[in-house]
Amino acid sequence: MKNIRLLKDSFFSKIFFTLTILSISTVVLLGLGLYYKSIPILHSSSLSKLLFSSEWKPFKEAFGFYPFIMGTLWVTAISIVIALPLSILTAIYLSEYAPIRVRKLVLPLIELLSGIPPVLFGVWGVLVIVPIIQDYLAPHFVEFTTGYSVLAGGIVLAIMIFPLIISILIEVFDNVPQELRDASLSLGATQWQTIKKVLLRKSVDGIVAATVLAISRAFGETIAVLMVCGNLSQVPNSIFDSGYPLPALIANNYGEMMSIPMYDSALMFAALLLFVIIFLFNAISRIILFRIEKRTN
Amino acid sequence: MRKIEENIFKGLMIFSTVLISSTLFMILYTIFSKGLGSLTWDMVSKIPEGGFYIGKGGGILNAIVGSLYITLGSTLLGLLVSIPIVIYINIYAKKNSFLANITRLSYDILFGIPSIVYGAFGFAIMVYMGLKTSLLAGIITVTLMIIPILVRAMDEAVRVVPEEMRNSVYSLGATRYETAKIILRQSIPGIVTAILLSFGRAIGDAACVLFTAGFTDSIPTSLDQPAATLPLSIFFQLSSPIEEVQNRAYAAAVVLTIVVLIISITAKIVSKNLSKNKI
Repeated sequence: MKNIRLLKDSFFSKIFFTLTILSISTVVLLGLGLYYKSIPILHSSSLSKLLFSSEWKPFKEAFGFYPFIMGTLWVTAISIVIALPLSILTAIYLSEYAPIRVRKLVLPLIELLSGIPPVLFGVWGVLVIVPIIQDYLAPHFVEFTTGYSVLAGGIVLAIMIFPLIISILIEVFDNVPQELRDASLSLGATQWQTIKKVLLRKSVDGIVAATVLAISRAFGETIAVLMVCGNLSQVPNSIFDSGYPLPALIANNYGEMMSIPMYDSALMFAALLLFVIIFLFNAISRIILFRIEKRTN
Repeated sequence: MRKIEENIFKGLMIFSTVLISSTLFMILYTIFSKGLGSLTWDMVSKIPEGGFYIGKGGGILNAIVGSLYITLGSTLLGLLVSIPIVIYINIYAKKNSFLANITRLSYDILFGIPSIVYGAFGFAIMVYMGLKTSLLAGIITVTLMIIPILVRAMDEAVRVVPEEMRNSVYSLGATRYETAKIILRQSIPGIVTAILLSFGRAIGDAACVLFTAGFTDSIPTSLDQPAATLPLSIFFQLSSPIEEVQNRAYAAAVVLTIVVLIISITAKIVSKNLSKNKI
């Protein structure tokens, strides 16, 4: 009887171990699979041409990703510029000033926001943000725009990454030892001075990690951005120009990709590009966050 | 002077907190006010009829059922894979062992990989295995996407089970496998929260199923048929120039919003009960 129990134990130990190892290798498999599919395009044109050429003519087998990379960078940059200050201010307020009641009211709302599917953000962007840009914002600066612009994409993305930044920052701020705040306050510093000189200084690496994670989330967001960015393959010159971020390009062309030679390989290369960048960004910020957690324990 | 600066920043903080908290209501308000008017019983109880996409009759039952199939299938499949992993890194592996840490790191990273990359990868596998866009391909791809969510959330739930409890189970002579069963039972509310979380993500995701599940006007009857999904149904209808069709996209958005809100709020309530019953 005892033997059966022990056998069962070691049997499951082996199965669970194998599953764990297999599942970790998903990370590697993802990269390899996408790389394997992008070999044809990497053979037919050079990496620098793929990354820095603006010529996008799938029928002539010219695949220059520059406009799409720039589109991605524009929307990501706009979303971070909007989201970062607002999120830091909110996180400081919630962790340092706000009464428990307010915190208990606001945090669930932010959590709910993070559960809203991307396509609904897209619908909202089309209904609210695009018309506002077209009718109220843009006419002050440019002569004509449809409103479908990198700015619209940036605003929608900013709202999508609020919950991510805030939840990480609150954790980072909570990990700063209370004694440090007390020491600063007892020296006669005001609460705001304590926040500036102690809390923020102690959390620099956490803020960096949160920002990098937010950037990589913004990088890969697809449907919402696809719906509001206008999708013209051009390099945007202002925030009111249309852009065509990489994920939107992949999503929009899946239908045609099997009928044009090299097209599927080119799109897989785009996915590989996203994967590599986001993998690196995520790895860096997770390691920073892991160190912070270890330091406080 | 110090006071003025503090007050300015405090004002800014309250402003941004209010702004960020209100975005949820702005989004919900827009979607409900636009979509409720077109939401009829036919919308949720009928599949598209001929000429649906030029404004004729029918509904989005195909997308609702398709989404449910994919979400249920992938959640079940995901649980089958992720529960053993969570057990392994928490109970079999030594505390803070290299393998446990590297597993957690990998899942943190996989959690951050966007669904479009999973979609492209799923498509690559699909082509490799000779599958067509189908319910099965959609389920496999979505499963890949939600395993990280399941593992991370369940890992958190299992980790808060007190050490003493585990030790007392061991001291009664239980094997690790038997201990795992007891620890899992103890973390059921956390596991339910994890399931609901991944359910919400799976039902709302569009980029994953775009390549793999395809789209169809009928309800799939077997795994190798394509399946429609709610987010894609919203997306496709919204790109139509016809107002009637666009309105139906808003109505479909209301349906998706209600489903997601129910899931999120249930998850919230369950996880609240988790902290109440903790020993």
